[in-house]
Amino acid sequence: MFESKYNYLCGSFGTNTLTDMSDTIRLKAGFDLPISGEAARTISRTVFPDLVSVKPTDFKGIIPHLLAEEGDAVNAGSPLFCDKLHPDMLFLSPESGTVESIERGDKRKILAIRVKCDGKKEAVHFDVPHLIDSGKKEVTETLLKGGLWPAIIQRPYGIIADPADTPRSIFISSFDSAPLAADWNFTLKDDVRYIQTAIDALGKLTKGGIHVCLRPGAFAEAGFHKLSGVIFHEVEGPHPAGNVGVQINNISPMAKGEKVWTVSMMLLPAIGKLFEKGVYDTSRLVAITGPKTNDSSYVRAMQGLSMKEISEYFDKSEAGVDLRIVSGNVLTGENVGEQGYLGFYDDEVTVLEEGNYREQFGWIKPFRLEKYSHSHTYLSFLLKRRKFNMDTNTNGGERTFVCNDIYSKVLPMDIYPVYLFKACIAGDVDKMEQLGIYEVIPEDVALCEYVDPSKNPIQQIVQNGIDLMIKEM
Amino acid sequence: MAKYNRTHKLNPKFEKGGSMYWLHATADSFDTFLYAPSTCTSSGSHVRDCVDLKRWMIIPVIAMIPAVLFGMWNIGYQHFVALGQHVGFWPIVWFGFLKILPMYLVSYIVGLGIEFISSQIHGKELNEGYLVTGMLIPLIMPVNVPLWMLALAVAFAVIFGKEVFGGTGMNIWNPALLARAFIFFSYPSHMTGDKVWVAGVDAVSGATPLAVASAGGMQGLADSGYSILGMCLGTIPGSIGETSVIAIALGALILLITGVGSWKIMLSSIIGFCCIAGLGNLLAPNAASAMAVPFYYQLVMGGFLFGTVFMATDPVTSCQTETGKWIFGFLVGAMCMTVRLFNPGYPEGMMLSILLMNTFAPLIDWLVVNANVKKRMRRA
Repeated sequence: MFESKYNYLCGSFGTNTLTDMSDTIRLKAGFDLPISGEAARTISRTVFPDLVSVKPTDFKGIIPHLLAEEGDAVNAGSPLFCDKLHPDMLFLSPESGTVESIERGDKRKILAIRVKCDGKKEAVHFDVPHLIDSGKKEVTETLLKGGLWPAIIQRPYGIIADPADTPRSIFISSFDSAPLAADWNFTLKDDVRYIQTAIDALGKLTKGGIHVCLRPGAFAEAGFHKLSGVIFHEVEGPHPAGNVGVQINNISPMAKGEKVWTVSMMLLPAIGKLFEKGVYDTSRLVAITGPKTNDSSYVRAMQGLSMKEISEYFDKSEAGVDLRIVSGNVLTGENVGEQGYLGFYDDEVTVLEEGNYREQFGWIKPFRLEKYSHSHTYLSFLLKRRKFNMDTNTNGGERTFVCNDIYSKVLPMDIYPVYLFKACIAGDVDKMEQLGIYEVIPEDVALCEYVDPSKNPIQQIVQNGIDLMIKEM
Repeated sequence: MAKYNRTHKLNPKFEKGGSMYWLHATADSFDTFLYAPSTCTSSGSHVRDCVDLKRWMIIPVIAMIPAVLFGMWNIGYQHFVALGQHVGFWPIVWFGFLKILPMYLVSYIVGLGIEFISSQIHGKELNEGYLVTGMLIPLIMPVNVPLWMLALAVAFAVIFGKEVFGGTGMNIWNPALLARAFIFFSYPSHMTGDKVWVAGVDAVSGATPLAVASAGGMQGLADSGYSILGMCLGTIPGSIGETSVIAIALGALILLITGVGSWKIMLSSIIGFCCIAGLGNLLAPNAASAMAVPFYYQLVMGGFLFGTVFMATDPVTSCQTETGKWIFGFLVGAMCMTVRLFNPGYPEGMMLSILLMNTFAPLIDWLVVNANVKKRMRRA
């Protein structure tokens, strides 16, 4: 019923263009960060892990409740913990082996559950229903027990969706525009069959349709435009055009009380494999990127990959230079360190230099050729098309908001960013609601944080605002 | 990376627990002036743009340098013209330099002194906002303003214009204009706007082009020897920075290329100004009336262009929204010209029109943001 309604949108397309596109959205605001270390389109290694880790801190909006103890034997797909409020929402082990340790932080908060892999790849087999004769209930149950419900993120707030809700629609971005992000047109090109299955399954969860956003010129290789049962949109423009929040805001902005679900394209193959094969398989191609990598390329790995396993990619040739290892991209990723693990939602590792140095008269030099500024305040802006070895120095001290017109130039949404940030700082729930807190999550304002001359922690400010909204609502 | 210093450290006396820790805010300010801080990002965006507020604030300062240099020369030039002496280029510049230097010393010592005390009280690094204000204040003063008066005006502007609101970024009115307004209202005999001073020559007190035009229209301008060329070059008496259109245009160019000054405000202000001036031209009762002075004459007279380029574009006190900027700029220009046409008592309207629009900028922004809020609420 649902498929027949939308099939007309997905007829025959050329190889590189969508001729009968329902709509094309051209975004001007934003920019692509010129950072060096883009991953070459080669798979340089397959990682057979010794140790993987599942981090409850990756999952927003849940309270973890442990289901496994140290020393327990687990298979790929055995539950490690669940959400205290939804005990049927399971979080599974990606590999078979034994639970080696459970790392805790302050107030015994669970930080990570480490699984020592035995290399046998023994997997739990789930009973999965046939999609043709299953409805919302069956699909929801399968995703919950199959450990992939957490792939569904709800807007507002960017937290894991509540299985009891019915969303207005589901949005999927088929490209990641973040700096040095994995090229899904390359990494997912063998998985389109599973992606189709996942879309068929997700289609049972909403009546509003599944919206897939394509970037012109970046879908034909994988064949995302051949997916059926979806509503396509073409989205052009620099980062953050690939952010699903930006796409929703430009295609059909959310109203108060509405919920829209989003799923990362990168996790759709796992959902497809769950419904086709009954296994929990979150293996993925991981892009190893950044200025401090020896060999920027892709490795075949999985969720919870230990950074130790890929340490040969880190460029430690320069003495006295500390490295930062980021799971995810440089704008929104998590600093995990060399002992850390890849996050559930990430398929990119970025390696860069810690900027713990002092630069003499940095701010007064007419040129600053080693550093990038999106503003035109350094004459180096005249040199286009260069990539920069960026590091983590803040390049300035924290100040109050002074400049006002630079933030909306990097945020292609119908929102007044500084007003929203100030409402978040003030903790004014009504104002936040009026100014659009339901439509943003920190990743959408990451570029605002990047360009801010006052060096405010804008993503943290927005996250604090969202946390307050969740508490107050 | 040898090009960066990984060993430079602030004297440990200023660190927490050290004997001089109480002075750490001041020490930090000086230290980061010389060396960019070594702070690293902790989360969120791991890399940051290399522009910081110091850089942002130094751009307007650089943009004002042509106006300062020209002002310096012009002070000397006007002085020797009034005395009827013919001297070379360097004595003229030297005379101007000796006039302008004490004003800058007073402006920065008093202003930055108060800012340092305030940053000490709050325990935070100095905010760079005063770099621009301190540069602006002498430029909008008549050259013979007594230094004690200047010091008082600076102190008033920094304390009551800025610090009481919470420092740079929180102020409502442009602090530099507030300093000028302070002198204007407190010591009106020193700063009436229709009379100009020529440095060091008490006897000479000519009328500004604005006053002449206000009283006698085009004929008055011609009689007083004010040509459009002279007003563009700036070889006329007036406040230090405002006379030369060319120097201001150079500054505007720097602000526009770097993106530090808003082109929307500059453009809409000029449009607003020309609209009212053009309307005046159309409605002028006769050719001798002040209203008949063509708008392009009005444009280059007085402090309008200087105010538009360097003060209406202040990111803190102008409108924050892009739509608001168009409205704000237009009204600044329109208001300025209205005052010039219909207020014969005080022909220069730029200072008060910017201060007035500073007051209303939050209201304009509120209207613009509220339209966005209403749109959002309608969806629900």
